[in-house]
Formats: sequence, structure tokens, C-alpha cells
Amino acid sequence: MLSIIRERLRQGHRTGKYPKEEPQLPERFRGLPQLTRDLSPQACAAAVAGCPFAALSNNDDTLQINLGRCLFCADCPAAEQGALTFSNDYRLATRKHEDLLLGDEVYRLTDRLNKRMRKLFGRSLKLRQVSAGGCNACEADLNVLGTLGFDLGRFGIQFVASPRHADGIMVTGPVSENMKSALLDTYAAVPEPKLVIASGACAIGGGPFRDSPEVNNGIGDLLPVDLFIPGCPPHPYTALDGLLRLLGRL
Amino acid sequence: MNRSRLIRFRHGACLPLTDLPRLDFATFRESLFEEVATHARVASFFGHPTDEGLDLYAILVHDWQGELALLRTQVTGSFTSLTPNCPQLHLFERELAEQYGVRPEGHPWLKPVRFHTPWIDAADIWGRDPRQHPIPGDMDFYRVEGEEVHEVAVGPVHAGVIEPGHFRFQCHGEEVMHLEISLGFQHRGIEQMLIGGPHPAGIYQLEAAAGDTTIGHTIAYSQVLESLADCEAPLRAYAIRAIALELERLANHVGDIGALAGDVGFLPTASFCGRLRGDYLNLTADLCGSRFGRGLIRPNGVLFDLNTTEVEKMLQRLAVLEPETRGAIELCFDSPSVLARFEGTGPISTDDAEALGLVGVAARACGLIRDARLHHPFGPWEEGFNTPVIETNGDVSARGNVRRREIYASHQLLRDALKRLPPGPVSAPLAPLAADSLAVSLCEGWRGEVVHAAITDKAGKIARYKIVDPSFHNWSGLALVLRGRQISDFPLCNKSFNLSYCGFDL
Ligand code: SF4
Repeated sequence: MLSIIRERLRQGHRTGKYPKEEPQLPERFRGLPQLTRDLSPQACAAAVAGCPFAALSNNDDTLQINLGRCLFCADCPAAEQGALTFSNDYRLATRKHEDLLLGDEVYRLTDRLNKRMRKLFGRSLKLRQVSAGGCNACEADLNVLGTLGFDLGRFGIQFVASPRHADGIMVTGPVSENMKSALLDTYAAVPEPKLVIASGACAIGGGPFRDSPEVNNGIGDLLPVDLFIPGCPPHPYTALDGLLRLLGRL
Repeated sequence: MNRSRLIRFRHGACLPLTDLPRLDFATFRESLFEEVATHARVASFFGHPTDEGLDLYAILVHDWQGELALLRTQVTGSFTSLTPNCPQLHLFERELAEQYGVRPEGHPWLKPVRFHTPWIDAADIWGRDPRQHPIPGDMDFYRVEGEEVHEVAVGPVHAGVIEPGHFRFQCHGEEVMHLEISLGFQHRGIEQMLIGGPHPAGIYQLEAAAGDTTIGHTIAYSQVLESLADCEAPLRAYAIRAIALELERLANHVGDIGALAGDVGFLPTASFCGRLRGDYLNLTADLCGSRFGRGLIRPNGVLFDLNTTEVEKMLQRLAVLEPETRGAIELCFDSPSVLARFEGTGPISTDDAEALGLVGVAARACGLIRDARLHHPFGPWEEGFNTPVIETNGDVSARGNVRRREIYASHQLLRDALKRLPPGPVSAPLAPLAADSLAVSLCEGWRGEVVHAAITDKAGKIARYKIVDPSFHNWSGLALVLRGRQISDFPLCNKSFNLSYCGFDL
């Protein structure tokens, strides 16, 4: 017993001060991209052609990036050509599919749920996580939210075992053919009203497995999504920021 | 006598396909058994369709010689199953049946593995409708009949934030008579997507093959391409890969010990380790921007270097983390109540482990010295590793102890690697791949050996890519340890293996 207390003192208090203080992210962390303005049409076309995941498109000769498809690659050809740079900004979660598209405007972060939903879920949100072909990186970094450093419980958010006890589902993975029906069954088992959160590039649009005949390119057309959390995998703070914004807590 | 028919090589070699004899099936079978009887094990066994029939490749490993051996034969329609004599092939043969519609006659347990339609124009050997996607988990489960027998089915969706899989227990009261594990829910078709490559997206698919083993799989992939291109990555790149590999091992092993402690209700270690695991992931993020090592390893090098200040910073972080990690872990391994729960739970004998072909932590916990860092080091790692960790009891405690000691060994390896970073560049251009060739590579990921093999076509494009995650061998080990145990031991046994679903399902 004494040794436990001694070790507890050594390990110290570890829960971060977030959201009162901004988290410290590693210098090399690749967050919200910034597109270079006034690219020549050729540079724009070269950037679009360079992305293997169709994350870039040409919108009236301005470059546009789909953050739902982007994997924040360390060797992004478009970044190497100077068409974009990655900032350290981890805040990426958004409400609507259209909002994932970023051109030269300011990125639109998720807005809060309506009053009724906030009343229901604002102080207590229980989520059922469903991995549908996820590679265990998204899952691991959601699990991490439950550890000391983040302590998700202090915000009233919790992952629960049964869909019957849940207020929504948090989906990871590109939705493999083999998980499609289990995902839909789990969704159906959650009582109304319910939320659907797509966490990670795979769940949003298939990620690196986009267009494999064995996957469904994410949940896009299967279920109505309330929150998109981009990243491959999203940083735990990206997910936490999105959840708190959705609940109107930030 | 048959020895001459074997092609022996070290990994890193690129073998022209024309040099590989195609043995008749009887000779193939006899040679394979003879090898396995003389301490070889099967690292990979896969098919590659040709116009004349299905080529079968067996990659055997002689660990102590640091050698690989290759056997090739050709089959059409069906062949005599090798599994009754060599149980470690059981899943490989099921996989062949599912992918290419060939029937291993006499296979004792012929069921689908991942539930997909055949890869080539062949009839499904289970007679499933070719126009429809197979239904996962739709197969004949082993059943024990009897009035007092009941069946417990769990999954695919589990209670925690984890991947899906289906488990079926045949129970008599609390006692499990048999556990059958049916996976495939995470199947994304990775091997198929790699065909025709190397594609720009390929490395990203490998990074997410098993997302907790990003470094292990990307090293194996890079080594295969480097072998086929006959290039070597620069020395400094090897050193940075080794650093990343040990960081990945540390994060996962520390997390696993926390999970084991949590499972027996010993919360101090569970919560300390949960936090420490994140700190190791953050070290990987310091190196490459991603907590899971995304974007670090590329064929023929690495994308990020460490300058002197960064090395110093990492060493300082390690100096803080090391005593904290030891403190958190020793607390749990010093607790009689924890040990009472770990010791003797879920044992597997050395013989069974050997017959099933277990690898990695699970094998080393049964006294089997299997560690690719020791036996099959790559390039300059050859002097880098001489301390495999072995435990002999084969139970939860042994699997926990292998991890505990490997954590301490990894600290040492990391410090040494950081202090002795060779100078020079961290990447070099990759030449085109050799045509009509085969290469194999092994990398000791944190769970165990990751084995990749690739065959190129006449244009030097990937014609077949075969991935074996350590979980592919080890899930059968988990099923076996549950026999005759209380069903309530399952979560603890499961954590002690902590296998990958998507690494198996691909
Ligand atoms: S980071 Fe990757 S996914 Fe995003 S635009 Fe660049 S290449 Fe495409």
C-alpha cells in the first residue's frame, strides 16, 4: 500500500489544463493546411494531379482541399511544390460535408448542436464506438481520451459498451463490406435522438482505402453524419475539440 | 537428399523467378516436412496464379542459421492438404482456398478466413453465391453437443473501443471446452490494392495495414522494395528506423501492461501506463509529426532526421520516462494479488506453440527464441541486437514479463541508437524494381515478426504482394489457451496476446 502511495506521488498529477490552456503539440505535427494564394493554373493542376487520394481539386482556378480526404502526408507532393503548407492548428472538426472543403476562406469549425440537443447531451454524452475496418490507430487515439492526460469523463463524455445506453455512435474505419450490416444494426439499436460522428479520414471518405471494392468509402451515404473529425488518425485534441464545440462547451 | 531442391537465401536477397525450380507436389510436400522436422518454421505460404495453374510458394525460416528457404510447386483444382502433418499451415491453406478456389483435400478445418469472393475467376469452394458478397461469420462453427453444454457468442462489435471480431465459446458451466475465432470483418483488400504497384498510395495503405504497427509494416515493405530494386537505404536511415521501431514497441508494451493491470483491477499501474504510453507516442510524433509513425518510413530511407538538439531532447525525455515507467510496472509485478491472477492463467506449452508456429511475444513467453532482430537483422543492424528476452511458463505472467523486460531492453537499445547515430543522408533514390523476381523481408514488430513477400511481373510491377502479420499465426494460440479454462479468464488471456484484427484481416 505504501509503495502504491509513494509511486502515486512520484507520478504526480497529469491531467492537462485543456481547454483552459492550449495543448502543446509536437513541432512537426501537421494540422490545418494553408493553401497558397494566387497559384498559376499550371501549379494548381500539378498540385491536383500529385495527390494520390483526390483530396485536391481545382475550383475556378483556385485550389481547394477536402480535409475529409486529406491524410496530412509528410511527403505531400502539393506541399513540396509550394501549393500548401501545414500549420500546427489541430482544430479541424466540422459539422457539414461542404465545410470540409477549404479554399482561400477561413475554415469553418463545427458549430454547436441546436438548443434541444444541447439540453439533452450538453452535460452528458454517451457514445458507442464502432470500428468498421479501422486500423486501430483511430481507435487507439480515441481510447487515449479516457486516460489521465485527457480525462474525457470530466466533460461528461464517455464511451459505453451497449448501443442501448448510448446517445450516438462514433465510427472509425472505411466501413468494410464485412462490417456494414453490423454498423447499421448498431446504429439502429441506439435510441432516438442520436448522433453520428465520423472520426478519421477512413470513416469520412475511405482514407487510404478509398475505392477498394471491399470498402464503402466511409459512412457518407449510409448514415446522416453530425460531426466530421479529419486526420489520419485525428490527434486526440482534434477529436476532443470537435466534441466540445459540438456540445457548445468551447 | 532433398536439400538440393531448396533455394536458400538471406532476407534482403532478390531472387529471379527463373532460378526457382517448380517441384512436383510430392517432392514439395516431402521437402517441406523434412525442413520443418529439422527446425524450420513456415513464415509465409501463398499462391500466385499463372496461366498453367496456381504456383505455391513456401517461405521457411531457419532462425539459428539466419537463413530462409524457399520451395515452389504448382497445383490446379485441388491438392493434398499439408495441415494434418504440419498444423502451422492450417490458416495459410484456408486462405489459399478462399483466394483462388483450390481445395486442400483432407484439411481438417476448411472454412473461410476473411469472407470475400475468390480473387480469380474460380468457383467458390463453399458454394457461396458468386454475385453476392459473402456474409462474414457465415460458416460451420465447431459445436459441442450435450444437454449441459451452452454456446456463448461475442462480437463482431465488442464492448470497448476496439476492433471487431467474432468469438464462439462452447462451454460446460463456466468451463470453456472450445473457442473458435472468426475474423475478416476488417478486410479492406490491401494485398489486392498493391498489385500493379508500387503505387503512390501503397505506402499509406501499409501504414494503415495494422495502425498500431505502422513502423513494423512500413519497414518490412520498404525492405522488400529495396531488395527488389537492389538498393540499400543509407546507414542513418536504418538507425532512425530502429529508433522508431523501439519507440513503437515501448508505446505498445507499456500500454499492454497497463491493460493487463486494468483487467485484474490493479488501477494504479493501469492509469500510470495509460499516460506513459501516450508519452512514448508523443516521442514518435516529435520525430515525424504523427503519434503512430505515419510519414516516417519510406522505401530507401526515412523522411525525417534528428539533429543534435533533437537527439539531446529525446535522450532527456527518455531519462525522465524510464524511471517513471519502471516505477509504474514494478508496482504491479510486485503485487502478490496481481501475480496470483497472472500466474498459471492461460498457459500454452512449448510444443503446442511450436506446432502452431507462434511468433513474437507469445512465442518468447513459451521459451521459443524467435526474434527477427536477432536472427534476421537487416543491413547494418547486424551488430545491433543480442539480447532476446525469453520466459518459459507460457502463461499470462510470462507474456507480461516478456513485455516488461523488453521495455527495459528497448530503453537501452534506444539510448545506444540515439548516441551512435551514423552521419550521412537519410534517404536515397530508389531504382526501378527488378522484373520477374521475388523478395522476402522480416521485421520484428512489437507483436512479433512481420513478413512481407513480393513477386514482380515482367515489367517490374508488383504482381503479388503477401503480408503476414504476427497476429495471423498467434490468434490460434489464444483459442488454444482457453481450452479447459474458465470463460472469465478470456479478457485477461486476450489482453496478454493483444492481437491485431486488421493485421489479420488485411
Ligand atoms: S497531404 Fe496527402 S492527401 Fe493531403 S493533399 Fe497532400 S498528398 Fe493529398
